[in-house]
Amino acid sequence: MTKPNQTHFVMKRFIYSIIFSALCFFCCARLYAQEADLLKLVEEDKNKKEIVKNAFKSPRVINGHSMEFLRPGTMDFRILHRFGQLNQGYRNFFGLDQASMRLGFDFGIFKNLMAGVGRSTYKKELDAFIKYAPFLQSTGKHSFPVTIALVSGITMDGLPWADPDRKNFFTSRLAYYFQGIVGRKISEAFTLQLAPTMVHKNLVQKAVDSNDVYSIGIGGRLRISKRIAFTWDYYYVLNPFTDNAYQNPLAVGFDIETGGHVFQLHFSNATGMNERAFITETTGNWGKGEVRFGFNLSRVFQIKKKKLG
Amino acid sequence: MKRIILFSTITLLLAVAAQGQKYFTKSGKINFDATSANSPEKIEGVNRTVICVVDTKTGNIQFSALLKGFEFERALMQEHFNENYVESDKFPKAEFKGTIVNNNSVNYSADGAYDVKVEGKLTMHGETKDVLSGGKLIIQNGKINAAAGFKILLADFKVAIPGLVADKVSNTASINVSCLLEPLK
Repeated sequence: MTKPNQTHFVMKRFIYSIIFSALCFFCCARLYAQEADLLKLVEEDKNKKEIVKNAFKSPRVINGHSMEFLRPGTMDFRILHRFGQLNQGYRNFFGLDQASMRLGFDFGIFKNLMAGVGRSTYKKELDAFIKYAPFLQSTGKHSFPVTIALVSGITMDGLPWADPDRKNFFTSRLAYYFQGIVGRKISEAFTLQLAPTMVHKNLVQKAVDSNDVYSIGIGGRLRISKRIAFTWDYYYVLNPFTDNAYQNPLAVGFDIETGGHVFQLHFSNATGMNERAFITETTGNWGKGEVRFGFNLSRVFQIKKKKLG
Repeated sequence: MKRIILFSTITLLLAVAAQGQKYFTKSGKINFDATSANSPEKIEGVNRTVICVVDTKTGNIQFSALLKGFEFERALMQEHFNENYVESDKFPKAEFKGTIVNNNSVNYSADGAYDVKVEGKLTMHGETKDVLSGGKLIIQNGKINAAAGFKILLADFKVAIPGLVADKVSNTASINVSCLLEPLK
């Protein structure tokens, strides 16, 4: 009685095991056959940290610095023009007869460090700056929501002394500015930044005027097409000089990229093209039509070429 | 019970062995050249982080490349490539999925060199197009050296070349692929 039963049991076990292994095999084979997407087998790390680039087309919004940096190994040759006031009419061809300019060279050193020098016709002023970002906006692992950049600059007035008879100091020609920039490329099209700025002038016109001028800048861009963007750049001066002669600088314009160049065409009430000049010495009033046409021409040269091998 | 375990282990091993015919790399190279005939500067880039997987049994071959992984001599060119041409934020990857047409004539288990034909679909910038390419497989020491070259029409992938740069950027790009594939375990 027991023997056939045992055989039966063994047989049954054998059949089960065959069925089970067949199932196993088919499962694996099925998996195998369905692997149309071979790339899934070696999927790359999707969560890699990536720095957000191209928040602005250029390292300047219009007048002021932007959260964007030049790429390392590049030089930005900048030719800036500000014309006369539009409301002068045809007599001065809407201001185009009078041009003020600044020539500048900016250098990209690291992805988060750049420096530049410039010379303006306005007050024959020399200026230099260094810009560094401790944090860059990024996505992925250990991402950071904004770019935080710090700018430190110096300007030197090159005009002859207004009053050569009194004792003049070289340091009177100098002014400094310190700026923090907090900016975010909110979407592919829209970027916004805040730039609290302090300008320190070694010499001011009146004893009652403060040597330190505090302001806050609001700049942004709205991309209209791949190569054209609408930009604006406004500085609100918190403690203006006492004589009320000065206005807050506002510039609006378009960035047009043509391949090798970026043209920044704009209207602004400021003549100055460095922080000291446009934050503390803007006299034009938008309401009265004291607005100027201007353009920044930026040409980026690759000084150190990347080896492709 | 023991037998069940034994059988299932054997079959599992067999199934795994059947899968062990795949080769891959994560450091393949793609060269891309879209220089116009009389251009004063070279419009070329290279990507050294290309992923490639080959199934030697079926002849399936697939590539994937992050467009941001393309490097250019000039930083500005790289920026324009990503921002204005391939729009890599919107379309981060280029993928090719195809088969080696004459896969049966390739003996993967011995050293040798073979001319192969690959056909499949290339997806880039949101567009998918059929691509046919000649290539070469060199099998050496259990590794596969795969190389191929073909041309694509940029308009096929809706990559527009503005008139202003037409003297520099060609409307076709030649693509050269080279990968050293290792067994996938």
